[in-house]
Amino acid sequence: MTGTPAIEGPGGAMEELAEEGGGGLKGAPPSGRGRPARGRSMWSDAWHELRRNPVFVVAGLIIAFLVLISLWPGLIATRDPLSCRLGRSLDPSSAGHWFGFDTQGCDVYTRVVYGARTSVTVGVCATAGVAVLGSLLGGLAGFFGGVWDALLSRLTDIFFGIPIVLGGLVFLSMTGSRSVWTVVTFIVLLGWPQVARIARGSVITVKQNDYVQAARALGAGNARMMVRHILPNAVAPVIVTATIALGTYISLEATLSYLGVGLQPPTISWGADISAASQGMQFRNAPHILLYPAAALSVTVLAFIMLGDAVRDALDPKLR
Amino acid sequence: MGRYVVRRLLQMIPVFIGTTFLIFVMVYAVGDPVNAMFGERAPDPATAEQLREEFNLDKPIWQQYVLYMGNIFTGDFGNAFNGQPVTELMATAFPITIRLAALAIVFEILVGITLGVLTGLRRGRPIDSGVLMLTLVVISVPTFVTGSLAQYLLGVKWGWISPAVSPAAPLRELLLPGLVLALVSLAYVTRLTRTSIAENARADYVRTAVAKGLSRRRVTVRHLLRNSLIPVVTFLGTDVGNLMAGALVTERIFNIHGVGFQLWQGIVRQNSPTVVGFVTVLVIVFLLANLLVDLLYAVLDPRIRYA
Repeated sequence: MTGTPAIEGPGGAMEELAEEGGGGLKGAPPSGRGRPARGRSMWSDAWHELRRNPVFVVAGLIIAFLVLISLWPGLIATRDPLSCRLGRSLDPSSAGHWFGFDTQGCDVYTRVVYGARTSVTVGVCATAGVAVLGSLLGGLAGFFGGVWDALLSRLTDIFFGIPIVLGGLVFLSMTGSRSVWTVVTFIVLLGWPQVARIARGSVITVKQNDYVQAARALGAGNARMMVRHILPNAVAPVIVTATIALGTYISLEATLSYLGVGLQPPTISWGADISAASQGMQFRNAPHILLYPAAALSVTVLAFIMLGDAVRDALDPKLR
Repeated sequence: MGRYVVRRLLQMIPVFIGTTFLIFVMVYAVGDPVNAMFGERAPDPATAEQLREEFNLDKPIWQQYVLYMGNIFTGDFGNAFNGQPVTELMATAFPITIRLAALAIVFEILVGITLGVLTGLRRGRPIDSGVLMLTLVVISVPTFVTGSLAQYLLGVKWGWISPAVSPAAPLRELLLPGLVLALVSLAYVTRLTRTSIAENARADYVRTAVAKGLSRRRVTVRHLLRNSLIPVVTFLGTDVGNLMAGALVTERIFNIHGVGFQLWQGIVRQNSPTVVGFVTVLVIVFLLANLLVDLLYAVLDPRIRYA
């Protein structure tokens, strides 16, 4: 078993449903490709629920826009974010430079646009890493139980003992030069126990179901049980946790960068820009250098948390 | 109950050892504190050797760890590299941070639970949706952004408060930093209370209490709230650790000389004894808070009894 299906599976299911319009699927017979109808209806239900939820639509639009400008920032920002002129330091907004200039004389608008790429990259990669590692370790521990389970539970306890910002401050400050990948690796290393706990609990619940026992009685091997029976039924809580975590990881990266242990120049990070604006309270006379990156960061985190909220509401039948 | 406490304390030992060892390895394995003491210049080899011996840095890491932990349990947290005992730094820093965190918890409990009860009882109404949306926004804005904005607006632009806290950090000056520190958790408390209240409001025992003719107030406070608080208490317990860590950020913004400040100084100067000492104490606080939460369960829910 690899961890990849844990995140690709349901996404694929949702895309497939989107193509088919998501209508009239509930009674559809199992298709020849072997995706069982009951697995399908849960995701189709969730997709129906999501499309009608205005929170999801708004969050989805914001995120689509963010992903777009992360891939092609040139679409809406024509300048070079690293070409700065000290002569224009802290100048307020003017025609062609809507957000004004920061302390170094860089165009704030361009930097805000380019900062999206960093945040989205860190958020997506860290979440993917955490989801894969967490669901793999947690899922296997839950499935096999025994010594491995006990070991993993103690290990997650240990990691839970370290608040993540504190760990970041201690650990990242000891590493010399930090790229996006250093920060992502750190988040994955300290973030996986959260998902592992959820995945473990979820797998243990699913494992006790009759259909899993039946599959075992019919002679299904461990691999088949895990991939075909347990994974599709245990993955929903992991997706919910991971989606909500995505927003908090973006916020975490910005916080670490603000504390000076996150990303370093020339990487453009909203957190680092806000930190620079706060140095000696430079924003006192030029609030724009604080407000614009702060607004961009907050809207981004908000969009991802709203998405997580909507996905949870759609996937958690108890709340319906 | 007594046996349960003992068992929980015993269970804490491996977790405590694991967590502190992890921190210890992070601090000592990645950086070289002796080199850091000399800054840009290369240290004289003989001096470096002597210092390494003095601080036990020449021994293997696990041996250093055992020696360090042995000292801690006799109350000796070692000296910072400038010779000042770490305990002295703690004595000035911890009261300030504890005051800050306590203030934040009071905000969380008072405002968070009140809002949660109000919205939970009016699920689906405009006030509910409004508060719910507001909590989402509050959760999304990172603490350092809220803090910087509050400092700019209240401290600089409108001049209501002084933008930085004086070294003594009296309670009055900590009000705003405390609120900033509390905000994100406060939003979570509101949401948790709301969900829990809304779920329990339909429970049989609530209907029974109403049918008995109890006043609305008594039903809400004595029956509904007490049963709905368990997830909230769990959250508050685990939040103690987050608040201590969040204080790192808040203290940085408002220039408060608490734990975050000392820890930061220790990290910038690669003063390993300070860093490990402070983090160890924070971990102990965190673990004890979790134990306290488990014990509070029994108080809140009489069905839970610890043998």
